[in-house]
Amino acid sequence: MRRLSFGRALYELLSSMRFAISLLTLLAIASIIGTVLQQNQPYTSYAVEFGDFWFRPFEWLGLYDVYHAGWFIIMLGFLVGSTSLCIYRHLPGILRDIRSYREQAALKSLRAMAHQQEIALQQPVEGALTQAEQWLTAQGYRHKRVVRDEGVMLAAKKGSLQRLGYLFAHAAIVVICIGGLLDGNLPLKLQSLLGIKEVETRNTVPVSEIGEKSKLTPSNLSFRGVIDMPEGETRDVAWLNAGPGYYVQELPFAIKLNKFHVEHYSTGQPKLFASDIEVTSKASGKVTKGTVKVNHPLIVDGVAIYQSSFGDGGSPLKLAVWDWLGAAPRPQELAAVSLASQAFRWGGQPLTLEFGELRPFNIENLEAEPEISDFGRRMQDARQVKADKKVKNVGPSIQFKVRDAQGQAVEYLNYLSPFEDGGRFYLMSGMRRTVAAPFAFVRIPLDAEFSPQGFMQISAVLHDPAAWPEIARRTAAKAERDGAISPAYRKEFEQSLVWVLQRFADGGFTALQSFLDERVPKDKQEAVGQTYIKLLQGAVLDAADLSRQRANLAPVEFNDSYYRFLMDSLVAVSASFDYGHGFYLQPVGFEERKSSGFQVTRSPGQPLVYLGSLLLVLGIFCMFYIRENRIWVWVQEGRLLLAFSSNRRDAQTEQEFAAHSAALGSLAGTDKEEQHD
Amino acid sequence: MTNPGYATTLPQAGNAPFWRGLKLSDHLYALFILAVAGVVFQRYHAAMDVYEHAILAGSALSLVALGWFWKPVRLFFPLAGLLALGGIALYGDDLGRGQTAFWLKYVLASQSAAMWMCVLFFLATAIYWVGLLRRSNTADAIASGLTWAAAGAAVVWFFVRWYEGYLIGPDVGHVPVSNLYEVFIMFCFITAMMYLYYEQRFATRRMGAFVLLIISAAVGFILWYTFDRQAHEIQPLIPALQSWWMKIHVPANFVGYGAFAMAAMLGVAQLLASRGILTSHLPSYETLGEVMYKAIAVGFLFFTIATILGAMWAADAWGGYWSWDPKETWALIVWLNYAAWLHVRLVKGWRGDILAWWSVVGLLVTTFAFLGVNMFLSGLHSYGTL
Repeated sequence: MRRLSFGRALYELLSSMRFAISLLTLLAIASIIGTVLQQNQPYTSYAVEFGDFWFRPFEWLGLYDVYHAGWFIIMLGFLVGSTSLCIYRHLPGILRDIRSYREQAALKSLRAMAHQQEIALQQPVEGALTQAEQWLTAQGYRHKRVVRDEGVMLAAKKGSLQRLGYLFAHAAIVVICIGGLLDGNLPLKLQSLLGIKEVETRNTVPVSEIGEKSKLTPSNLSFRGVIDMPEGETRDVAWLNAGPGYYVQELPFAIKLNKFHVEHYSTGQPKLFASDIEVTSKASGKVTKGTVKVNHPLIVDGVAIYQSSFGDGGSPLKLAVWDWLGAAPRPQELAAVSLASQAFRWGGQPLTLEFGELRPFNIENLEAEPEISDFGRRMQDARQVKADKKVKNVGPSIQFKVRDAQGQAVEYLNYLSPFEDGGRFYLMSGMRRTVAAPFAFVRIPLDAEFSPQGFMQISAVLHDPAAWPEIARRTAAKAERDGAISPAYRKEFEQSLVWVLQRFADGGFTALQSFLDERVPKDKQEAVGQTYIKLLQGAVLDAADLSRQRANLAPVEFNDSYYRFLMDSLVAVSASFDYGHGFYLQPVGFEERKSSGFQVTRSPGQPLVYLGSLLLVLGIFCMFYIRENRIWVWVQEGRLLLAFSSNRRDAQTEQEFAAHSAALGSLAGTDKEEQHD
Repeated sequence: MTNPGYATTLPQAGNAPFWRGLKLSDHLYALFILAVAGVVFQRYHAAMDVYEHAILAGSALSLVALGWFWKPVRLFFPLAGLLALGGIALYGDDLGRGQTAFWLKYVLASQSAAMWMCVLFFLATAIYWVGLLRRSNTADAIASGLTWAAAGAAVVWFFVRWYEGYLIGPDVGHVPVSNLYEVFIMFCFITAMMYLYYEQRFATRRMGAFVLLIISAAVGFILWYTFDRQAHEIQPLIPALQSWWMKIHVPANFVGYGAFAMAAMLGVAQLLASRGILTSHLPSYETLGEVMYKAIAVGFLFFTIATILGAMWAADAWGGYWSWDPKETWALIVWLNYAAWLHVRLVKGWRGDILAWWSVVGLLVTTFAFLGVNMFLSGLHSYGTL
């Protein structure tokens, strides 16, 4: 007895609207969590973000994958349950309503309705009934005639679909949720709870070493995994992210990536990502060739293959190794592969080169920010729909880390193509010591042959103590000849030059600056500093001549452009002291090998979800835009009663009632008048 | 006093088959729209895929249905369309004419039309307020006319901009519903059209002052976005957006957003009216509530359709119809919110201030789903970043 009433109460609660609305609200709030906290990130990044103390409880709450957390699924389950109970509870009534004309309505209750009217009937009952029936039919009502003790009643109704709309819309929720459940990872979660399956957490193991417990067979009903592969290779497994690790999904086929295409618009935005693939079925050996593009998946054996990402797939690189000190006359050649590591020795030190991604395009926006106050320019801009942006492809780049034996790494970003600035050309090399820092760029000036060779020769001379006296001698001689110094002062001048060159070779401009800071009184620092710069500017000219002489090259005729080259060389030599390592890797060539990322999914619930969606739209439409109206016309000798009810009580109800009452009023009054207005 | 008084042009309740009520002008309008669609098909069918053929046919039929359902658009769309065609004809095949030809430079080029739209909406808002405060029917009628004109400018903007895209480059052109700037104009247009419909349906122009406020806010955003961010420049479509789904998903969504925005403004009016502010100037409390309900019902239907279309597009583009991406999730939250609103009104029979408050809060939620997600949260749906 008690049990029954408790069960009844539970049924009442679960099928009640109060419960459903509370559930909707809770679901909405829970969903917000997952949008604020980025979902399905690597667990290490959560650990860093929250610290050890919070990481565990948050993991336990499932906050890193809210929408697949147990409590969330249970809430969805309650929604499905509550909606199903709600349908179950209302279904009999709705079916009854749809079938019934409510012809048993008592005269008294008709008279009590909000919309009713009694009209004096001046024509015979039968004539009035026939005309009323015609009117109702013309208005799209279905009706039924019932003979009652006190007269004849016409019970009519229209818009029963409105009630079906309720059924459709609520059944839709259930159907969609079931479809979603089919495609969700619930079975996998259960299997992992029961210990049948286990997440693989090791990051770099070959597929062959992954245990069977972490592998899913091709018969798996639904999955959504990713594959990343370089051009020319074949894969037959996909990776499923799961919490702290992943599962390996074996596919019913093998995918070979023949070629990945990427195209850009002239403005630099991407235009096309497409992969030419060959899919070979494991069972039948059937080969399906196709191109997968964004928005155009390829479906093979019920598994859809989507284009989802792309990148470098490990491209062979050719590099030139330059010594900043310029000790070697020619660069060494180095062969490498992007996305791979290799050992490297420099100055007797064992180092590791860890190559990152080769980027064949680097499209940069080179436009300066418009001036804020320029109103006229803005008005002009606002009229033009054509973007006048100066974008430029600055060419290929390679990023890599140089790691020493202690594990310390310096990261570099080197561009292959020269960068032009004011008619001069440079090779750009960026350097940083921490991942978070921006790259600090060094500009290596190129000589007339577009090679760093000229600069490296100058660098070599500037770093060579044996060359300094010769440079000083030549510069002093020139200065004396030009009358800039007196012969008596020459010796001292030469010494100053050698001293400045030595200081510069110790640490560039920074070394000179620190000397100024330590030894020179504040008020004289600027003047002395200027002198140093002038000495260096004079000396670098002779250093360059000397470097060319050593390389058996004719001296370059001095001009403005050459002067700027020399000044840039000074700046670059100075910057090399902060470069982290004594060598510069110049990218000189590459053979691009791209990789493409795919998503592979099997979702058997999709048709159900679409069916549910269709039901939902139909249901909503029927509920809102079909009015369920009922009319009762009760006729007795000399009297006609009209009663009207609608599921909506609004202005249109009033208007419809007015129309019916006018029509029936006029047919009651005379027998010939046209009812239609 | 509960009867808000329907306009007399409404079809009579429950009249027999609707086509019996169609007049010659209705048939002429339908013929015109179908002829235009035919010409478009004949000229451009080679450039469209089969889905786009279906969308063209669907759009033509929807326009015909809309014209039959709501008579004034039978004049509005052909007129605005002719103006747009004029602009296109003036361009010929030279984008540069936009800065030299007088009519393009000052009226018909897409950016000029957009600026006219902005000005007209501001003016309409001001005059609706004059009409409301002074209870002036003349002012209301002028404001209503200005709103029609602004909507017309938006139509001109739409078609001329579409054409301009192709003038920039054959691979650049696309229907202008692809970024935040373009959809904001679409939002203004749809909200204005929906308002104009209810204005006629309920024979009162006194709601305009409130509804146009939200449109003006959107116009303010458009101006900032144009002048400060140059967002009006036509950009080519990135691969993720190169899909016919965009052409139906985005407009359907904006019918929803427009309707919800309008409902929220009516909610504000209702809240003021119930506190004795402007009560005698506004339509009755019940009328406001009813229009609010009707707007939310339409919005909910279209928002549902839009979300489903979005899911189907996602199944084509992202590898699954539902990824719990922040945009999707917030769309679900918006949907749940209005589902609850409709339940309490229809099933529980709630009325009054609480629903008004709820629809105002609903707009905040909707705005976050529309703008906030793009600004503050990251995800797959990052096309409309500020």
